[in-house]
Amino acid sequence: MTTQFWSVADTARRIAAGEITAAQIVDAMIARIRAVDDVIGAYLAVDEDGARAAAEEVDRQRAANAPLGPLAGVPIALKDVLVTRGLATTAASRILEGWIPPYDAHVVERLRAAGAIVLGKVNCDEFAMGSSTENSAYQPTRNPWDLSRVPGGSSGGSSAAVAAGLCAASLGTDTGGSIRQPAAFCGVVGLKPTYGRVSRWGVVAFASSLDQVGPLTRSVADAALMLQAIAGFDPRDSTSLDAAVPSYADAMTGDVRGLRVGLPQEYFEAMDDEIRAALRRTVAALVERGAELVDLSLPHTAHALPAYYLVAPAEASSNLARFDGVRYGLRVEAPDLLDMYARTRGAGFGPEVKRRIMIGSYALRSGYYDAYYKKAQQVRTLIKRDFDHAFQYCDVVLTPTTPTPAFAFGAKSTPMDMYLADVFTLSCNLAGLPGISVPCGLTGEGLPIGVQLLARPLDEVTLLRVGGVIEAAVGLGDRRPPGIGGAA
Amino acid sequence: MTSPRDLAGLLEEWEPVIGLEVHVQLATASKIFSPSAIAFGAEPNSLTDPLVMGMPGTLPVFNRAVLALALKLGVATSSQIRARSRFARKHYFYPDLPKGYQISQFDEPLCENGHLDVIIGGDLKRIKLSRIHLEEDAGKTTHVGASSHVDLNRAGVPLVEVVTAPEIGSSAEAGEFLRSLHRLVRWLDISEADMEKGQLRCDANVSVRLRGEDRLGTRTELKNINSFRFVENAIDSEIARQIRLIEAGGRVTRETRLWDAERGQSQPMRSKEEANDYRYFPDPDLPPLVVDGPIMGEILKHLPELPSARFDRYQRIHGVSSDDARTLVGDRALADYYDAAVAAHPGEGGRMIANWVLTELLGALNASDTPIAKAPMRPHTLAALVVLVENGTISGKIGKEVFEESYRTGEAPAAIVERRGLQQISDPAALWEVIDRVVGANPKQAEAYTVGGKDGLFGFFVGGVMKETKGRANPVITSDLLHKRLGR
Repeated sequence: MTTQFWSVADTARRIAAGEITAAQIVDAMIARIRAVDDVIGAYLAVDEDGARAAAEEVDRQRAANAPLGPLAGVPIALKDVLVTRGLATTAASRILEGWIPPYDAHVVERLRAAGAIVLGKVNCDEFAMGSSTENSAYQPTRNPWDLSRVPGGSSGGSSAAVAAGLCAASLGTDTGGSIRQPAAFCGVVGLKPTYGRVSRWGVVAFASSLDQVGPLTRSVADAALMLQAIAGFDPRDSTSLDAAVPSYADAMTGDVRGLRVGLPQEYFEAMDDEIRAALRRTVAALVERGAELVDLSLPHTAHALPAYYLVAPAEASSNLARFDGVRYGLRVEAPDLLDMYARTRGAGFGPEVKRRIMIGSYALRSGYYDAYYKKAQQVRTLIKRDFDHAFQYCDVVLTPTTPTPAFAFGAKSTPMDMYLADVFTLSCNLAGLPGISVPCGLTGEGLPIGVQLLARPLDEVTLLRVGGVIEAAVGLGDRRPPGIGGAA
Repeated sequence: MTSPRDLAGLLEEWEPVIGLEVHVQLATASKIFSPSAIAFGAEPNSLTDPLVMGMPGTLPVFNRAVLALALKLGVATSSQIRARSRFARKHYFYPDLPKGYQISQFDEPLCENGHLDVIIGGDLKRIKLSRIHLEEDAGKTTHVGASSHVDLNRAGVPLVEVVTAPEIGSSAEAGEFLRSLHRLVRWLDISEADMEKGQLRCDANVSVRLRGEDRLGTRTELKNINSFRFVENAIDSEIARQIRLIEAGGRVTRETRLWDAERGQSQPMRSKEEANDYRYFPDPDLPPLVVDGPIMGEILKHLPELPSARFDRYQRIHGVSSDDARTLVGDRALADYYDAAVAAHPGEGGRMIANWVLTELLGALNASDTPIAKAPMRPHTLAALVVLVENGTISGKIGKEVFEESYRTGEAPAAIVERRGLQQISDPAALWEVIDRVVGANPKQAEAYTVGGKDGLFGFFVGGVMKETKGRANPVITSDLLHKRLGR
């Protein structure tokens, strides 16, 4: 039985019905990871023992007729910035090498409680800083659709693992597009929830005011199930929102009649022609099903990139100060303390992380705070106001997720080129909005294209509803990455 | 030190300007941002958790108990309380600072522009407080030979930092300020403020200028003044050092100096040039700290009358001397005892009750090392005893006897007087009879007094009468009648 592309719902249903055991699912997944992941490089660590033990527990519960969680037996992969008790967590950085956390992230607790099985930890850019997963200190991850191309980033291990059928679903984190961009590159669904919808407790922090955990899945319905499991108030995160969690599965009505779709002109200026064409087909499909189009302007869009590259590095420079070689992770011994810090951090951090620490430290210097960090926060307010205004006239904003499809390894030769890959996804984080990327076709070369939807705060329901309609109309259907045993 | 002039001489020409920064540990059961417990003297690193250890993925959650304690101090010092204050990150690298930053408050502190009325001599002097802010304590580093040991038990303990305006004019004033603040925080029940346990720590900013000069001189920061005994010494030594340096043609450098109590001098610790740029910015993990009407209402409702107000009231309303008033307000339990006794007294016994509390009661308590809170004699009992003395039922001398017995046995003073027949004899006829007998029995002494003019013998006869009456004779009437009987 080829189980690797089963949906989350399907897997859970078949296990609950006794068609297959969780242990069989896990064995099949581990076998597939062994067969395929040498090529893909998604996993940094596969927890075979832990996964088998968890699967046996699910099977025992089922045998005992105990109630099963909604994700019972569903094999998942976690981006390696999510802290896992007893399982090495590196954030794809040398500086955390060997650290075995004593606790689980909130989202990991929630997934385990729902019965999901953690297969292992997947690759990403170091500390989630990057757009191609090339900044991982450990290994490259390849795009299952074209092995010469990147899977996107920073959650590139997650998107590649989901696309290649190396897990049923994955959790990533999104600070400036790190779920949506790799989802678009790998032809999967990536959902960044509203800031505060999902607890950040146990998420290795990159930029605290922007970070959010969300699912990468092969379908919109799966994204809804995963979000259901992880969303909700957590008193351990002071930025967590104490708001009721709706039923996300019920969101997928398939009905977009009367829905007002906003098209912001600033997002349609520069992109590949094939992406433009795919977007046009997507919009047409929505109109065909009764949606209305609204032409919009989000005038402060051009300021999102500079604002982001002040806020995110500033917060990162602070968040990464704790990696000092004193209590955990890497320590390079030296005769005196200052030297120990310098050598440890010098050896432990990669070049992109160091660059952002430098930028962030500079921006926060005494006397520069007002000109940089504070100014950037004011720009955030303006960007948020743009959206508040736009959502008076529309229910969802539709844009391309990325200006290009997945690029080749080494293609972005300067940091600035790489930063521009996120130009469409940053505003969502700066404004704290929920966003989703849904596949909407392939390029002539067979590379996936993603469409991004943004909605009002806490309105993930609309994203899922519209995403479901797009998926049905212009999604990839049964098309799988070729050449990795994926063509069913 | 051999010097042409001592400090007093130098101060005729020079004016010291002192500002204090006092850290006070707030008496909560758990830490300011984590549920970890607080205790003094526990096994090193036993009072920690992933957050206190600064582990990746942990997030601070503000302990609301801290707010109530800090607000009490804010209100008691008539500070302006910010409706929305903010936590800020203060960055520096040190092994006992686990996150690489301390969560403190920077440009939006909880309290500003307060004052503390300090008892100096018989008067109250108002010392302005520029701010009171919240912050977390760091851990403790001890150096053992070539290695350093870090104990994080203290990391995350809640502190308030009280910063005075640079308006303190002498070391004596600084010492009194510190004692007043110490008394106030204990009075408010917000801190144990035990300096030996580091629960109250003081840094002093010291500068000097010629008297009449408006501009402030260059200041130094004196750290590690961790005992009341050292405050005056440490500051005086720094004042003298600065004046002598300037008079010798030198210049004071802006630096931090560490007070060495054993050697009685300070050593430079770091100069301003080497000092850190703390890169303050608002902590994105913590929302603004909101103080609303209901919280303030609760604080105001339960705020006790302050020591400075009672110091004033005891003198003005009860006619207590300033020395006695100062002693009474030195300890809230003592002042509360006094107030309760005064309240139990049917008239205005304030002055006399003060005498009895400060001499008899404190004497007895000190003799047995009993705290006032555990005094075996309750305030209303003491008041009843004072009434017996005041209305002449017993003499003051007998009163002390009755006090001693009542203190020891708990029997009511009136019952003791009744049972032992200790009522004062004020009946002139009865006293005349006794006097007649005493004088008649000592004819030589009577002649020596009356004829010989030996005034000292008067006391002999008073003593005789007291002995005859077992001390019950009314001393005023006795004296009056004795003069008549002896003829002068």
